[in-house]
Amino acid sequence: MAAQEVAPQEKKELPQAEERTEAGKFFSPYTDIHETPNTVVVSMEMPGVDKSSVDIRLDKGVLTVTGSIAPDRYESLKPIYTEYNVGNFVRTFTVSTKIDSASISAVMADGVLTINLAKAAEAVVKRITVS
Amino acid sequence: MVIRMRDPFAALLAVQRAMDNVMGNDWFGSRTAGSGAFPLVNVFNDGEDFVLVAELPGVKKEDLDIQVRGDTLRIQGKKTVASADNASVHRRERSAGQFDRTLTLPAQLDAAKVSADYRDGVLTLRLPRAESERPRTVAIN
Repeated sequence: MAAQEVAPQEKKELPQAEERTEAGKFFSPYTDIHETPNTVVVSMEMPGVDKSSVDIRLDKGVLTVTGSIAPDRYESLKPIYTEYNVGNFVRTFTVSTKIDSASISAVMADGVLTINLAKAAEAVVKRITVS
Repeated sequence: MVIRMRDPFAALLAVQRAMDNVMGNDWFGSRTAGSGAFPLVNVFNDGEDFVLVAELPGVKKEDLDIQVRGDTLRIQGKKTVASADNASVHRRERSAGQFDRTLTLPAQLDAAKVSADYRDGVLTLRLPRAESERPRTVAIN
């Protein structure tokens, strides 16, 4: 099997739908969403975000994930050539499945945030076997 | 109420503006063939050193291979995207695969002093210029 090359993805800057009180650029992180029988797994690419700077909220079925990058990384550096810009990440999803908000877990590894949303008991599909 | 005398985002804002200004310039000129290939890079000046930053979310440290020779830098590795076996896919935006990018910098590098840091999916390479490339102060008799 021939090795697949990674295509460079330009970061999607969020359109200014609403005005923010905070200055700076916001980007929409590239996201994969998988559903297993018991969970919905959301994985987002947030390079440069430390796990302590991630904010995950689930409110009335709306999942909002914010990741802030540490600005001090770029202190005293003078840009001479750039191919991408940097900024904070934010993305909002409406979760259509009922989620047990008490058992949401998240892991941050190598700039990828993986959120495990456990389905609420009533949302788990019951398989009925015909006897 | 908290009043901060120094805005912590001032440094970030300044960098974002400066990056907008130099976006897509021809600093590498015709020297590099792989311009715009994965991973996208930013190059900074820090005194006499070049600092190259690349975003590699999902790439494991052990899957990265960095080589420096003369004025050439090569970054290769593989990017993987994990998925469960019995999962149905609702959204797939992340890309996976192998990458190999070679960059030629406009100065010879001191390969022995190159240092790399990989944290939170961001690779930072500090590339000091070779001794022969450093400016000499000429004393006037």
